[in-house]
Amino acid sequence: MKDKHFLSIPVYRLHVTWMQLPNQNIFLQNMSNITHLIPKGGRIVDLTKFEREMLEGKHGEGTAIAMKIQVAIGDSFHAKRMVPITRAHVALSNQEADLWFAEKLLKAGAHCKIPPTVNPGFNLNYFKSVGKVTDEFASLMQRTHDTYKALGAVLSYNCTPYIQTNVPFFGEVTAFSESSATPYVNSVWGARSNREAAQSALCAAITGVVPEYGLLLDENRYGDILVKVEADIKSDFEYQLLGYMGKKIGPGIPVFTGLPTPITPEAFMNLGAQLNTSGAYGMFHVLGVTPEAPTMEAAFGGKEPKRIVTITNEDLQDILSQISEPGDQKIDFAMFGCPHFTLRQVQIIAERIQGKKLAVEMWILTSSHTKEMAQRMGLLEVIREAGGEIVSDTCPDQPCWHYLSGKTGITDSPKCAYYPKRRGLNFIIRDLETCIDAALRGEID
Amino acid sequence: MTIYEKSFSCHRISEGVAEGEVIVSKDDIMFYLVNPETGEVIEKGHDLEGRSIAGKILVFPGGKGSSVVQADGLYQLTMKQNAPKAMIIQNPDTVLVSSAIIMEVPMVDQLDASFYAALKDGCRLRVDANSQIVEFI
Repeated sequence: MKDKHFLSIPVYRLHVTWMQLPNQNIFLQNMSNITHLIPKGGRIVDLTKFEREMLEGKHGEGTAIAMKIQVAIGDSFHAKRMVPITRAHVALSNQEADLWFAEKLLKAGAHCKIPPTVNPGFNLNYFKSVGKVTDEFASLMQRTHDTYKALGAVLSYNCTPYIQTNVPFFGEVTAFSESSATPYVNSVWGARSNREAAQSALCAAITGVVPEYGLLLDENRYGDILVKVEADIKSDFEYQLLGYMGKKIGPGIPVFTGLPTPITPEAFMNLGAQLNTSGAYGMFHVLGVTPEAPTMEAAFGGKEPKRIVTITNEDLQDILSQISEPGDQKIDFAMFGCPHFTLRQVQIIAERIQGKKLAVEMWILTSSHTKEMAQRMGLLEVIREAGGEIVSDTCPDQPCWHYLSGKTGITDSPKCAYYPKRRGLNFIIRDLETCIDAALRGEID
Repeated sequence: MTIYEKSFSCHRISEGVAEGEVIVSKDDIMFYLVNPETGEVIEKGHDLEGRSIAGKILVFPGGKGSSVVQADGLYQLTMKQNAPKAMIIQNPDTVLVSSAIIMEVPMVDQLDASFYAALKDGCRLRVDANSQIVEFI
């Protein structure tokens, strides 16, 4: 019965009439009132003359709305001032709330001071060409595209900008939303970003500033949870499960020990993506590996951890059995690239299926850069000959996959299994090699 | 004397005033896995699985999940008039905070341990985020 629930939701989600929104007057109803979001008893965030002018609408109503929201966020976290950013990434989702908000800002005249890279929706040209989207879904993506284009975003449509297109330097102040992106820029690159929402990151891109609190400040970047990993970490896949231990790890900044080195970029990508699926983490440290954790002293700022958590093989097995559909069954498709696969991951697949035929559909989601590289290097040809496809600019949690509703796929990513549940997609979760072999056989042990 | 027993100070995150019945979650909440048609939590294994948060004062530890789904989940709930009336949390994070502010759902934090000790599922609260007071009614 529950599956029917899931199936019914996406249909409803597109039946909301967009034109009704401004008249319903239930959101942002007081946004034209400058004082609306300023707390009684005075604002805490101290603004410069220019910032105050933005807030007061001298740089347009769109900028004023963005600034009001950011000041309210700053106040709730006791920020003392705003600070400039030099990069941003907006987790555009092509969902109704996201489009509603972006269109609202655009209509009010907003334009990005800092052009942000953006997340994928779905690749409109591709899915139209294969006839997998209705006009309704196509129009949603078209409107998302038009809106972000007009706002001045970099239309990268990729959820791993920290690998290729938007790589910050150590200490750089940024506004990054997206599950794997915020922890990657903080933890691996040592840049500074709070765990922005898609909407707050868009506000930051428009105003060019962020409230200074949380992970922007030295004192809040220290770890406070010691996570001793006793489980065997054999591949990038164990990082998916380790990241999914958010409930056991608890809120805070984890410092991982016991991880074998070297650690791949994909392992860090998986860890961050899953930490922010099972919980809410802006940053982690890996002792002796990530730049702000050369020693225990540096990682914890000389303090004792508030909590010590041990992760065993049993923990990882337990979590896998909780989140994965059971094995020993036929599968209908394979889906990879949540987060978007890197070139190395595409290579792993190409090598393993070269000269063979896949028994089921295989979808590999990547950035347009990675797809271009894969094509140049002959990997795309190998994958297509086996019956698979690389699709750029596309996320698994999008309406273009509705034709897979009620079917069971295989993936290496718990995040890929989690969100599309609402669209009726079921997933078995295994390590990449096992997934590839299952796709060749059409079934999983 | 009475006022100290039933009235607690808090810290405003998102403005507004609301009264209603309390629903307490032990687990963090991700609004994307809440059915907007009913307000029912549909996340497998969640403390509130199968229960509705529609029109309630939702008391929970904090948010979880990606940087887009909280806003979308709350938006869908609000469109169907099934959003919580107010939210009381312990661990604010930017994603949840900005979603509450943008969707104009009152939200507060920093309630004393004695508030949590007195709190029961189903009791009634008045949350005044503007004056930063939570009262049992």
